[in-house]
Amino acid sequence: MNSSTMILVLLGVSLGSAIVLAIAGSIKLAPEINVLGSAATFAAGVGLALEVYAHGAMLAGGDFFYVDAFNVYLAVLTSFVSMTTAIFSRRYMKREREHGRVGHIRMRFYHAMYQLFIFSILLCLLTNNVGVLWISMELATLSTVLLVSLYRTPNAIEAAWKYFILCGVGIAQALFGTVLLYFAAEKVLGEGVGALLWTNLGRVSGQLEPTVLSLAFVFLMVGYGTKMGLVPLHNWLPDAHGEGPTPISAVLSGLLLNVALYALVRCKVLVDGAMKTHHAGNIMMGFGLISILVSAFSLLRQKDIKRMLSYSSIEHMGIATFAFGLGGPIATFGALLHMLVHSLAKSAIFFTVGHASQMHSTQEIDRIKGLFKGNPLVGWGLMFGIMAIAGMPPFGIFTSEFLILTATIKDAPICAPFLLLGLGVAFAALFRSVQSMVSGNVPAYQKPITAAHVPVLLHMALVFAIGIYMPAFLNQWFHTAVESMR
Amino acid sequence: MFKFYMPVNVASHIISFLAALVLLTAFGMLVQKRIYGLIRLFTWQGLFLSLNTAFVGYVANKHHLYISALLTLSLKVILLPYILHILIQRLKIRKEVETIVNVPMTMLIGIALVILSYHLTAPIRELSNLTTRSTLAVALATVMLGLLMMITRKHAVTEIMGFLAMENGLFFAATSATYGMPLVVEFGVAFDLLMAAFIFGIFFFQINTAFDSLSVEQMARLKEDD
Amino acid sequence: MNPYPLIVEMLQIATLIVLAPAFVGWVRTLKCWAQGRTSAGLFQPYRDLDKLFSKDILLPENASWIFRFTPYLVFGTMVLAGGIIPILSIDLPLAPTADVIVIVALFAIGRFFTALAGMDIGTAFGGMGSSREMMIASLAEPAMLMAIFTVSLANKSTSLSQIVHVIYSGQSVLRPSLSFALLAFILIALAETGRIPVDNPSTHLELTMIHEAMILEYSGRHLALIEWAGMMKLFLFVMMGMALFAPWGIAPRGDIAAIPYALVITALKLGVMGIVIVSIETGLAKMRLFRLTEFLGAAFLLATLGMLSYFILD
Repeated sequence: MNSSTMILVLLGVSLGSAIVLAIAGSIKLAPEINVLGSAATFAAGVGLALEVYAHGAMLAGGDFFYVDAFNVYLAVLTSFVSMTTAIFSRRYMKREREHGRVGHIRMRFYHAMYQLFIFSILLCLLTNNVGVLWISMELATLSTVLLVSLYRTPNAIEAAWKYFILCGVGIAQALFGTVLLYFAAEKVLGEGVGALLWTNLGRVSGQLEPTVLSLAFVFLMVGYGTKMGLVPLHNWLPDAHGEGPTPISAVLSGLLLNVALYALVRCKVLVDGAMKTHHAGNIMMGFGLISILVSAFSLLRQKDIKRMLSYSSIEHMGIATFAFGLGGPIATFGALLHMLVHSLAKSAIFFTVGHASQMHSTQEIDRIKGLFKGNPLVGWGLMFGIMAIAGMPPFGIFTSEFLILTATIKDAPICAPFLLLGLGVAFAALFRSVQSMVSGNVPAYQKPITAAHVPVLLHMALVFAIGIYMPAFLNQWFHTAVESMR
Repeated sequence: MFKFYMPVNVASHIISFLAALVLLTAFGMLVQKRIYGLIRLFTWQGLFLSLNTAFVGYVANKHHLYISALLTLSLKVILLPYILHILIQRLKIRKEVETIVNVPMTMLIGIALVILSYHLTAPIRELSNLTTRSTLAVALATVMLGLLMMITRKHAVTEIMGFLAMENGLFFAATSATYGMPLVVEFGVAFDLLMAAFIFGIFFFQINTAFDSLSVEQMARLKEDD
Repeated sequence: MNPYPLIVEMLQIATLIVLAPAFVGWVRTLKCWAQGRTSAGLFQPYRDLDKLFSKDILLPENASWIFRFTPYLVFGTMVLAGGIIPILSIDLPLAPTADVIVIVALFAIGRFFTALAGMDIGTAFGGMGSSREMMIASLAEPAMLMAIFTVSLANKSTSLSQIVHVIYSGQSVLRPSLSFALLAFILIALAETGRIPVDNPSTHLELTMIHEAMILEYSGRHLALIEWAGMMKLFLFVMMGMALFAPWGIAPRGDIAAIPYALVITALKLGVMGIVIVSIETGLAKMRLFRLTEFLGAAFLLATLGMLSYFILD
């Protein structure tokens, strides 16, 4: 099977499942179809990755798709997390339905939109066209907006509305940036679709007009930065991630943010090529550092567990943005690793938190207690997850943060204290709240549930494994990706 | 075959004239209080935009712009206003009048935004040799005015109108900076817009049911300082 | 010395003084027709003025010299403005002495003294009218200047004669900036000349009147002069708008033969503008006083947009 067919399978399965689930979503097996579709997507993703691993970066489907080490690893990650989340959501949503929080039609809608979301993210990653990237990013937002308001509570609707409006505004700025990018590219590459392809743009980045590109980057930064929830454009993120169904929070935090960052990094490479200065990098470092600090201090004040985790997502996106901005092989390597382990760890925590809040019928940190005794898997999963996300060794996030910190001390020592301060405060805040949740006696209002084991265990095992031993293929992969970004 | 000839410089005057009208409608939307009037202004803006695109297509001899013009016409002049009309009728908010705080201040900020856009686009104006390069500032201003409208308004429908006006500005920017994006992209953007239209339609009903009104001011539950 | 410009100047001022009441008569006639009434004819304003001139002056007890001085001053400023604004020809000896900004200032002087006279006698109506007039002026004048600057920028001069000259020499095109300025100018002219929807020239209803409130205590010759000046103001605003935006018909430099032609064209323009004014006044209702800020704000916005689009689009 060649790579073009592989990509078509990869995208086709998710789109196909979306259509199937939209039409036949009311049948009993819908959650299983959802899992199956995601698993097939994952299999295709792995196949594509092996192809790229063997033959290197390649164009596919004419020049519509482009896969290299950078995006294929994100594609595999996406399909993997989408599969495990689908497994988790099977149990989770069944329970929500028993509680009467969602009905028949909404479940159908939920499944169809879930697959559509995965499709749009994969399209974002694999497309070679900057315009199509924008379109599918917008599609990813649109498909999840109504999922955030799935429960139809006033809070959920408010959160979804904010998400819709703010991301709409943000992404509009990104479109303006894309227009400017096309304007600059058209001068060199001539009119037409060719001037919007990453591969062509990368080839001629040295000839692009620097002033236009610097302006374009500001708009792209604001646009995709909104999507990523970077401070001060983060207002919508804690609400949307906090109020939606937990599986959606997991994929939003774990996948959508990564994709926005991916887009931004691709743009940064172009701008760097054109400007030959550290302009774009500096902007990214600034946004990243502010995000880390603001979100770390916001973490201290959170009373809602899912909102707290969303702030932690902002913080980690800040770290990755900062590291990409810093540039250099070590920081970039660290950032790539960070995206990977953060996705895995964050979605694992969301899985456990979802179960925990179902057990206590609340998301309030103060009301969640005695998880160790109530449900050891959920309790220990949450404990280890928080440890991982806070950057404790031996988990993978420690490795990536360590790499980034090392690079910071070497290349931008002035930022290092702020970075450390942010990491320290976040660590303290996360740890303080997790202790009260896991320890103690089982409160009377806690209800026993059957948790989905596989996703949590799988994610945590991977984060742990990467922390203590970096597989050779992953190592080489990241190196290739880092090379492609220089 | 009937062929219509027009001197190119007359057409380019018409283009800048239409650009000015787009800007004028953007300002009008900023201070229009009645929802119905707002939709009418939006429709006019779409019409000016579509005509502008067609004229640019004529001047630059780019035939794919005729398709974009047609796309704008059908989407922003016919379909979206129609959807909005239906929504407004269903939601029974035909006569709703919104209070806008401090119109003069909004106007002054709007004027400042126009000047800002002019300065921001200055480097591009110098690099470009297209006849439409001067309208890029107007396009960016339209985007910014849409943004301003979204900030100043407190009603779900009017916020969406601001969003749509912003989208108009973006489309306009693409036309004036580069004679339009490739058609693949324009169709994709139009598709997203259409999907957004359905989503905000659903939203209006959800908000109306959950809050008993479409005013966004009541949406202040999720504040950080609790 | 070439006597021609002097003759033109005299002729033009005479045209202004003589034709202004006729124009007002024309507007009133049209309005009567529009409302289905029988009109008093084109020459009724002359008869009114004649009647007022033949009456005695009744001075309020506490009127100071300002009250007596104002009618002559107002009349004088209008005549002077009529010597500068090109009505028939641009060969005006007075034109180089003052540009369009001075004309705005001339109107402002007239208004300032009318307002002072309104307050001078110390009646409630006079003071109320003055304060309202000043409020309108404070909003209208910036907008007016902004609109005029736009036109001046586009024609590279602030002198009206020069503007007309430039418009004649270059090819005139559909310019967004000028059309914005024109729209703004129309709104401001309505406000400045006290027409509906800003003020109603034929009302003596105490709650709504503005201009009439200030001159309520005038009588006889004084009132005649003020009324006449008001007619000239309307006439001059129409002529100024024509000079700025549609000067065709005004005799170019040194072309004596074009003067009769210019007279005919001027009469035609006035006829058309009368129709325009009446259709505006019939179509609109008078605005509440507090909505005037919005009305004039819109005028200012339009004028500013005109100026911006001059820089952006032209």
